[in-house]
Amino acid sequence: MNDTMFKELFDTYDWDEVKASIYAKTERDVIEALNKTHRDLEDFKALISPAALPFLEEMSQLSHALTLKRFGRTMQMYVPLYLSNECQNICNYCGFSFDNHIKRKTLTDDEILKEVAVIKEWGYEHVLLVTGEASQTVGVPYLKHAVQLIREHFANISIEVQPLEENEYHELSVEGLNAVLVYQETYHKDNYKTHHPKGKKSNFYYRLETPDRLGKAGVHKIGLGVLLGLEDWRVDSFFTALHLDYLEKTYWQTKYAVSFPRLRPAEGVLLPKMELRDKDLAQLICAYRLFNGEVELSISTRENEKFRNNIIKLGITSISAGSKTNPGGYSVEPESLEQFAISDERTPAEVATMLKQNGYEPVWKDWDLALMTTSHDH
Amino acid sequence: MEIKGLKIGDKVFASRLFTGTGKFSSSALMKRALLASGSELVTVALKRVDAQNEEDDILKHLGHQQFNLLPNTSGVRTAKEAVFAAQMAREALETNWLKLEIHPDPKYLLPDPIETLKAAEELVKLGFIVLPYVHADPVLCKRLEEVGVAAVMPLGSPIGSNKGLRAKDFLEIIIAQSKVPVVVDAGIGAPSHAAEAMEMGADAVLVNTAIAIAGDPVRMAIAFKLAVEAGRMAFEARLAKPSGLAVASSPLTAFLED
Repeated sequence: MNDTMFKELFDTYDWDEVKASIYAKTERDVIEALNKTHRDLEDFKALISPAALPFLEEMSQLSHALTLKRFGRTMQMYVPLYLSNECQNICNYCGFSFDNHIKRKTLTDDEILKEVAVIKEWGYEHVLLVTGEASQTVGVPYLKHAVQLIREHFANISIEVQPLEENEYHELSVEGLNAVLVYQETYHKDNYKTHHPKGKKSNFYYRLETPDRLGKAGVHKIGLGVLLGLEDWRVDSFFTALHLDYLEKTYWQTKYAVSFPRLRPAEGVLLPKMELRDKDLAQLICAYRLFNGEVELSISTRENEKFRNNIIKLGITSISAGSKTNPGGYSVEPESLEQFAISDERTPAEVATMLKQNGYEPVWKDWDLALMTTSHDH
Repeated sequence: MEIKGLKIGDKVFASRLFTGTGKFSSSALMKRALLASGSELVTVALKRVDAQNEEDDILKHLGHQQFNLLPNTSGVRTAKEAVFAAQMAREALETNWLKLEIHPDPKYLLPDPIETLKAAEELVKLGFIVLPYVHADPVLCKRLEEVGVAAVMPLGSPIGSNKGLRAKDFLEIIIAQSKVPVVVDAGIGAPSHAAEAMEMGADAVLVNTAIAIAGDPVRMAIAFKLAVEAGRMAFEARLAKPSGLAVASSPLTAFLED
């Protein structure tokens, strides 16, 4: 059994050293990385460095070809379902932050099913349940009940909630949970504390070790990411790639996905420390694909229509559409507090049409509860 | 001029090109390509279809009489999961044919030989026509044959890699000693690879990625059809092997002629 934890590896790295080595990469390093078939973390550094920007078209073409080979002309469709915006954490970039004095809402069973009816009508089979962190109202019992309530309606259920214990993840898996998304937000240990001054989330290492607990619990898929713009996105992305590389080698039966949330304005929150331009994000997505041919790369409705229409060919494998980031947003209470503003307002059908026009098959179902022994007892 | 039919289980296939249904840009295009390929056995992932739904896009397009469905267990990690998924597939898709694939490693999708053998044994007992996806491991193929699988499906090279028959030396052994049909699955990236496998004496090949992501999948499907037929015909016509031994005189055996 694995008893290692990512912390041991992570603590051997120094943020400033990593940063210096990324910015020291040269055109020569980039060309070397582009010419390889198997690229390592040093190549990844070169590909996310400023020196790689002039090679964006080459990177894009390579990324497109690699993605096509592995994933074909398909795009996985998913949609978030916000269950609650109650949260005891203070996070200085998030609309749900505890100190944001706005009315809170947690969906009841009836309300959840009303929301489910809307997104099912759109054709969704893959759903992502989202909550804030409020252990009294949306703890494990609530989540377990929610999964039980909706599992007959979906082929694939993911969650993006507070970090849990290994046995709790296992408990939810048994109910039919397939994937867990847990973003580190930033790997900058000291600044993490300033961004998360209060609440359970302020414990940096507990969050850092969450993917280890997920791996040990046997959860099928783990989603990683950082909040791009919170700190230097290049350094944060290197640590994400390091984390991914470690996890793939340690929990080799698990599938991995990376998301690219770009810090966006929400009610009463801070502006990005370091802006991530469209071309930076495109470079980053291509760099991930060149580094890892198999990882799923996901893009949300935080990004605008034009960017999404074009980024799909640069390595993306899953996309959300029609998303609301507030509990009840689809039908029950459209005006409740949202986590962040979305930029692509198109309906799922409109996005599906756009995909087809670009030669992609929107995939609504790519999982089945019948494939999980753990859920067979039901 | 026809090639010999291939019998697997209770069915005889005129086409020795089996196909997959993933990675196409639309189900309509998939159907056109698979029809053009002449393929009569198409594998479909249980996870991709909604068998309860009569309007399921993939199943609707595979309803043509040319196609026999070969459900696969892609996504399972253990024998136990595979057996359960197989039973669901049998019920939902009304066929006892099964492509058994257990790849607990989602990165390279390499098959787990131990779980595969365990599941195959149980599934055969449950009345399935089992076609297991395995490494080009001759001993494993014999063990699978012993538990009663209908065919073996060794990989040519890593799945989706389009690298061709990197496992050629082992495939030759499997073909030489197998009593059940050998279907080379995975890694076949070009019609020439398919022809090579057929010339070697493989009974069939299974192709997906190379057709699905080609610039023109319909034409590529036809190219594979022709290559498979050509390769098989060459095999049946007893392809002359290149030889470094040809000599006019027989210095070592001349004394026997005296």
